[in-house]
Amino acid sequence: MPFNVNPAELFGAVLDGILTGTVYALMATGLSLIFGVLDIIDVAQAGYVILAAYLSFVLQGVLHIDLFLGLLITMPLLFLVGLAVELAFIRPLKRERTQLSILVTFGIGLVIEGVLGMAFGTTEQGLQAWYVTHGFQIGNAYVPYMYVFAFILAVVLIAALFVLLYRTKFGRSVRALMQNRTAAQLIGINVERVSAITFAIGVALTAAGGMAYGATTPFNNNSWYDLITRLFAIIILGGLGSVQGALIGAIIMLVCSDVTAVVWSPVWSSAVFFLALVLLLLFRPQGLFGRVATRKQ
Amino acid sequence: MKRSLNPRLVKIVWPLLLLVAAILFPLVFPNPALDNIAVLTLMYAAMATAWNIFSGYTGYNSLGHSTFFGFGAYVIALISVDKGLEGGFSLFLLVPVAGVVAALAAIPIGWITLRTRGHAFVVITLITVFIFQLLAFNLRGFTNGSIGLFLPAPGFGVDWFLLPYYYIQLAILVLALLTSLYIRSSRYGLWLLAIRDDEDRAEGLGVRTGTSKLIAFVISAFFVGMVGAMYAYFIGSIYPQYVFDPALTITIVLMAFLGGVGTLAGPILGAIILETAQQYFSIYAPTGLYQIFLGALFLIVILLMPQGIVPSLARLWTAWRVRRGAGGTPVAPERQPVAVEKG
Amino acid sequence: MSLLEVNGISKAFGGIHALDGCSLAVEQGSITGLIGPNGSGKTTLFNVITGYERPDAGTVTLRGTDVTNASPSTIFGLGLGRTFQIVRIFSRLTVMENMHIAVQRRGVRSLLRRWTAPDERAHAQELLDFVGISHLTDAPAENLSYGQKKLLEFAMILIAEPRLVLLDEPAGGVNPTLAAQLTDRIKTLNQRGITFLIVEHNMQFVMSLCDKVAVMHRGSLLTEGTPDQVRGNPAVLEAYLGD
Repeated sequence: MPFNVNPAELFGAVLDGILTGTVYALMATGLSLIFGVLDIIDVAQAGYVILAAYLSFVLQGVLHIDLFLGLLITMPLLFLVGLAVELAFIRPLKRERTQLSILVTFGIGLVIEGVLGMAFGTTEQGLQAWYVTHGFQIGNAYVPYMYVFAFILAVVLIAALFVLLYRTKFGRSVRALMQNRTAAQLIGINVERVSAITFAIGVALTAAGGMAYGATTPFNNNSWYDLITRLFAIIILGGLGSVQGALIGAIIMLVCSDVTAVVWSPVWSSAVFFLALVLLLLFRPQGLFGRVATRKQ
Repeated sequence: MKRSLNPRLVKIVWPLLLLVAAILFPLVFPNPALDNIAVLTLMYAAMATAWNIFSGYTGYNSLGHSTFFGFGAYVIALISVDKGLEGGFSLFLLVPVAGVVAALAAIPIGWITLRTRGHAFVVITLITVFIFQLLAFNLRGFTNGSIGLFLPAPGFGVDWFLLPYYYIQLAILVLALLTSLYIRSSRYGLWLLAIRDDEDRAEGLGVRTGTSKLIAFVISAFFVGMVGAMYAYFIGSIYPQYVFDPALTITIVLMAFLGGVGTLAGPILGAIILETAQQYFSIYAPTGLYQIFLGALFLIVILLMPQGIVPSLARLWTAWRVRRGAGGTPVAPERQPVAVEKG
Repeated sequence: MSLLEVNGISKAFGGIHALDGCSLAVEQGSITGLIGPNGSGKTTLFNVITGYERPDAGTVTLRGTDVTNASPSTIFGLGLGRTFQIVRIFSRLTVMENMHIAVQRRGVRSLLRRWTAPDERAHAQELLDFVGISHLTDAPAENLSYGQKKLLEFAMILIAEPRLVLLDEPAGGVNPTLAAQLTDRIKTLNQRGITFLIVEHNMQFVMSLCDKVAVMHRGSLLTEGTPDQVRGNPAVLEAYLGD
């Protein structure tokens, strides 16, 4: 097996991994947040990403609005979508929330896939802009401007999220809820309201993720399967419920994949990552930062 | 005084009638398009039943059963290509072989994935499908990658070529059902159900949770592997993305939920409804409508009828019978006027 | 040699020392009460004894065997049964099915056999009768009232024929009539040779039933003695009031 270890290419791969990893981190953070607060796995998160990508596509193609400016429309829009979904489909789940939420959110994802399929067909699309097709050189590596802009966007949004979580009253409620639902209720936190808003925030974040994803990867209505698998792998690696874990997991995953692609072959990049994940789980089922599942007493 | 039917007799007669109907079906309706759907329905029904044996009873929702479907498909394809086998009845002998291989693969896979619980478990099983899909694509020397593999033509007569597939698949379904029934009525089945309700409590009471779960997983994989092999032979060609397909498990999970998780008739009913719908949509409907239908159905079933059709109907039936004064099964009323305890 | 010996058990959760050098001995054939103010570590001690928690230090010995780090199922197999503060039964199974889970039969064949084998069933029925819920044999367990569920949990422990039974607040949330009947049942079982260790807040229950009472405070044993001795001990009163 020919291993190609070229320092310049390696550098390019690591750089690429960090840049794109941060975008994935943004999407995975939404997932982690939702899991931490509502205790559900939102499979549809990847569906919202693709939906957002198509929305950006329409805004840019039809209304000629710049991709980043378009976020001013898509983010609030997706926030509302998130609220609606939480109220209509998540809140009614009382019994066996854990199992049923995966199926419910999968159903939502399917509906999104279907609607997008009917509206746009299955041809692959890509978001266009000057910064997508142009880039610059660092040493031997070529970096499209989009990667850097997306990276900046992701960093800004993640920072904003941390400010929200750690410096606002609302954020305090969210963190309280993540720690202990019952206790939070007892001290007067409106669990339902906080849950709904958190969910909506998680979905709104996908608007940004979707735009970045759509500008860097060709997509169609089917892309959400591959994406959700990667996002899952990231949060499992990072540990369910840990927002830092999602961040670090995303960067590790993308760097590993990109490096494998360069050093070995692109064909093996995802497979190696998944296999490594499985190995990690053998020794550490809770991931890097997850809570150890203690025996219920 | 109306004499109600002996319930035990009813329990035996009904399935027998259905079995006879199933056996006669392709003979009475020789329309090849219809029989085609019937064969696929039997396949889905068998897989939904197999899924139920593991996930329905233990409550560990596996979204990874496609893995074993793919295993079964590749086993039969690889062996028949490698040995240069010809089509015909004897090729069906590879079906149980495929099942066994899938079951053997399920032992390490199950052992690893069952180290997790709840959400993590579901996600891991989904990832497993992708891992194997990737392996199937990339180990080109072994699996032929995206080019796929082709199975020998069966060489059955044009008039009746569907029949062998139909009856063998029916046999597989019956076997799966009998296994499910046997487990359900054994103490092992109780152990699985206890795991679903409160795994740690079960363990504290002496239930061998780890082994129990793994055994159910392996049995489930065995049947799914056999169906995978049948499918491969039926369709004639296999490709990584179609046999290691996450959408497949989702479909059988929905079938089980639609019909009723944990029941015997549920997965079959679900399979009949969904498979017919799927075929209808693929022919008559524009792209994407099927996904909307499937997704919406998921939402409706889970939010409105989380128990599934069969148990909901059963409850309505019992309520109706009680109202008619026919007796019904004894159920503890809400308040018991006894000396023991009131609240 | 005592039936159960707990020696110097310490257990900390983060910075909280739930148990701090706790030692206790339970004699064969006794009914021992374990009382103490909230937070004194009673339930944690139960969890350590029954294998749901690993102690940081100390040992637990059951009939001479060291079970300090044993799993709950091993300990259950050695004849120690335990109920929970918040009752834990299998809601979606019927009462009789719940009973059958707890039956300790050995061998693969016992798993495959239909569980309605007559001798198993008769024994379970007998126990359900003993606790007074035999009329609910085929009812789904979730339909039972809270008190009935507690009785079911009790019966489930009993069908395994334990030597030692740990009861965690058996009289919690039940009316006086039921509490009296429980006292009665426990005494009958004790006469048949089963030893009991009972955590309870209901003083009347404890005093009328137990021949020895141990008092815990801040993670270790404060004092022990007969109910009268403990009742008259000023240190005990102070422990309850002081905290």
